[in-house]
Amino acid sequence: MENKKIIELKSVSKEYDGETVLDSIDLDIYDKEFVTLLGPSGCGKTTTLRIIGGFVKPDSGELLFDGVNVIDVPPHKRPVNTVFQKYALFPHLNVYDNIAFGLRLKKMPEKEIYDKVEEMLAMVNLRGFEKRNVNLLSGGQQQRVAIARALINSPRVLLLDEPLGALDLKLRKDMQNELKNIQKKTGITFIYVTHDQEEALSMSDKVVVMANGAIQQIGTPTDIYNEPVNAFVADFIGESNILDGEMLRDFRVRFAGAEFDCLDKGFAPNEKVDVVIRPEDVDVVAPEKGMLCGVISSVTFKGVHYEIIVNIGGFKWMIQTTDYTAPNSKIGLYIEPDAIHIMKKSEFSGMFGDYSTYSEEMDHLSDLTEEEMEYLSEMDEEEDESE
Amino acid sequence: MTHTKRLNRLYAILIFIFLYAPIAVLILFSFNDSNSTGVFTGFSLKWYRELLSDEATFTALKNTLILAVSSSLIATLIGTAAAVGINKMKNKYLVGAVNTMTNIPMMNPDIVTGISLMLLFVFVGALVNSQNSLNFWTVLIAHITFNLPYVILNVLPKLRSMDRHLPEAALDLGCTPLQSFFKVELPAIMPGVISGLIMAFTLSLDDFVISYFTVGNGFETLPIRIYSMTKKRVTPDMYALSTFIFIAILALLLLSNFVGDRDQAKKNGTKAARKGGKR
Amino acid sequence: MKKKSLLGQAAAAPHVVWSVLFIIAPLLFVAYYALTDADGNFTFKNFGALFTAEYLEIFLRSACFAFLATAICLVIAYPVAYFISKTSPKTQKLLIVLVMLPQWMNFLIRTYSWMAILEDTGIINTVLGWVGLGPVHMINTAGAVILGMVYNFLPYMILPIYTSLSKLDPRYVEASADLGCNAFGTLLHVILPLSRSGIISGVTMVFVPSISTFYISQKLGGGNFDLIGDTIERQFMSAYNYNLGAAISFVLMILIIVSMTVMNRFGEEEGSVVT
Repeated sequence: MENKKIIELKSVSKEYDGETVLDSIDLDIYDKEFVTLLGPSGCGKTTTLRIIGGFVKPDSGELLFDGVNVIDVPPHKRPVNTVFQKYALFPHLNVYDNIAFGLRLKKMPEKEIYDKVEEMLAMVNLRGFEKRNVNLLSGGQQQRVAIARALINSPRVLLLDEPLGALDLKLRKDMQNELKNIQKKTGITFIYVTHDQEEALSMSDKVVVMANGAIQQIGTPTDIYNEPVNAFVADFIGESNILDGEMLRDFRVRFAGAEFDCLDKGFAPNEKVDVVIRPEDVDVVAPEKGMLCGVISSVTFKGVHYEIIVNIGGFKWMIQTTDYTAPNSKIGLYIEPDAIHIMKKSEFSGMFGDYSTYSEEMDHLSDLTEEEMEYLSEMDEEEDESE
Repeated sequence: MTHTKRLNRLYAILIFIFLYAPIAVLILFSFNDSNSTGVFTGFSLKWYRELLSDEATFTALKNTLILAVSSSLIATLIGTAAAVGINKMKNKYLVGAVNTMTNIPMMNPDIVTGISLMLLFVFVGALVNSQNSLNFWTVLIAHITFNLPYVILNVLPKLRSMDRHLPEAALDLGCTPLQSFFKVELPAIMPGVISGLIMAFTLSLDDFVISYFTVGNGFETLPIRIYSMTKKRVTPDMYALSTFIFIAILALLLLSNFVGDRDQAKKNGTKAARKGGKR
Repeated sequence: MKKKSLLGQAAAAPHVVWSVLFIIAPLLFVAYYALTDADGNFTFKNFGALFTAEYLEIFLRSACFAFLATAICLVIAYPVAYFISKTSPKTQKLLIVLVMLPQWMNFLIRTYSWMAILEDTGIINTVLGWVGLGPVHMINTAGAVILGMVYNFLPYMILPIYTSLSKLDPRYVEASADLGCNAFGTLLHVILPLSRSGIISGVTMVFVPSISTFYISQKLGGGNFDLIGDTIERQFMSAYNYNLGAAISFVLMILIIVSMTVMNRFGEEEGSVVT
């Protein structure tokens, strides 16, 4: 039963004002899975989640629950529950009444509701908070109430829309573990939306990387990290150096002006490819021992390691090493065959992976989700009207 | 610096004296022995006694309350629904048109609103050959009309600032759209609805100009009665009435302040133990 | 989803129907009556009657009185609003209630009370008499009418200006001082422009009732200063010439729309000069 499909999206598309938000998405989600939709703002991940929740109706395509198309089923009749961004707790109800909300609608006897609410409160470590005003809880506590409020209805699938986005770093880490434990304990399928790649990698059974309204790659966290299918995924999941290369033949690739052994095969002879090398997979050696040589242009201390930028033939490599090397010194790079990952050329080729303009792009990624952007644009419209 | 500060304070005090002088005069002369409103001849309660035996004034007071309660309730009902509808509108020309229409009674001088409604009622009355085309119902319609924009004005911002996910969360937890409105959205916008209701009620209570043009002979509101009293030489029994009104307003204000403070306290969680008998 | 959002919008339907019936239709009736004679025949006679010295004087007087009252209110209210906005939040709340409290007394009574104060045998003259001065004739003068307007509508000027001043980020004032502006310059170049929206809505809220009032001029002007409101009231309540009354109301509306447009234009320019 582990591999039973619970949700299937079939060529689902959605446009807002002529702009394609989702471009014919196909996605299968299995029972008891922890699936993460990962991508930058505007990639379509939140829209996908809202389609599953029933808040957005796709322009075309099918959404199957246990093989039945539920496109026209309204949200309140779907066997899913949602943990909303910023939680959306009902401000006029206390903790207990918020959590009991769904069961009261089902007309469950108050006695049973009481038992279940207490059980939920125990699970999210909020015993004794029954009468508290939800507006006065901390972010983490509100988060727990939101999770309890959704889980008490025993949904088949729990949808989580950037649930940790409003929490600070330390709390995020704790909640990540807690969420993972709750998912294991309850055996409910979690569909989790985030733009934080670390979060996605550490929690998920399956990661769905999205960009530009399309799914780029689906796989386990290790697959996604080690075998990215294109430059976008390679760049979005962790740091990477992405170079233009040429597959000379099976297991032999040429890039950065040198030839290397690698573990990839199945490309046409002399096919142009993208080559990914993770910064931590490069060994720094003496210049004469290096497969490549270059001059260090900058060194930044990052705590666990040093991050050095090396200029090799005009391409700036990022390398992570635990040994300090002075700037402007000449070093050699040694790259093992298994550190070299070859990808087919894609629409994203040439867009990422050179650190010559490195400006911590990931850190500057807007935290706005596409839905919030949609909301903001609506607000703009309203302002136009009032003028 | 302290010099200008003192000057500022003095200035503010003068303005407040200006604002309250007529009211102080009213209250003072309501206790006057003679019917002069210029010279205080001695303390007496006779104007209060006279007022209490004045049946017409009590009828007018009752009429005013009936009118204010019914018009503010109906306006709150229609206006809240309207705000919900307007908030859902996506077409900006439609929103613009509805907003413009809504704002007309607030922008137009009362006298124009009054005579425009009067013309409508008189015209329709003539069509159906009615003997008195102006009556309680016409003044009720007029009051609802000028109350509506104020209700919408109070409710709409609450809807706009409400977390957009709240109704979705309600649907998600199994509410039908209608249940979601009554169980979640309405409680969330309730402060706006209440303040809209109170505003409509006080506006209706206080209105003279629009009532003056839209009410017939059979129905007299308090402001209209005051107006007809001030047409003649006024005796201080009207001052006594004003003093009563002022005290009533003060009491209402203190009460609402008290309720407001208690709400605040509830928000602060001190009264969180609300539903003790839940289990 | 489409259907559902339509259903939601339909909640506004009663309001829309109501507004068409009792806001739009009555205004059309004003236009209709203004453009017809007593027998319902189309005519421009009603408007023609307004282009006489008598009516032009009334229009001019109303506009002047309303303008003066508005200007005086603005001058008085701005410092008060500023003063209130500088006090502690708790005091602010109290002072604003104190400003609005007289407003909840019936305005007829408040106006009438001014009669008692200003009359030749009224309080001021009684007090003046005690010290051997006066009597000064105050009631039934233009000044008394304008005073009545200022008194009745002053809170409507204070409140919006206070609101915009209290929202004003004090850091702007600090920045201005930091950049070398003296207190007066800061007021002129920073505070005043930033409270523009409050000034505009205050001016609107004072000007419109001032130009259309009829009770104040009746009571404090003693019938010597006919204003637009008085003539409209007379046509509807005693002369029973609805057609003429409608025409005057029509002109009043146009007068207000023109003044508001001019003021908004003026306000915008004011802002653009500074920014």
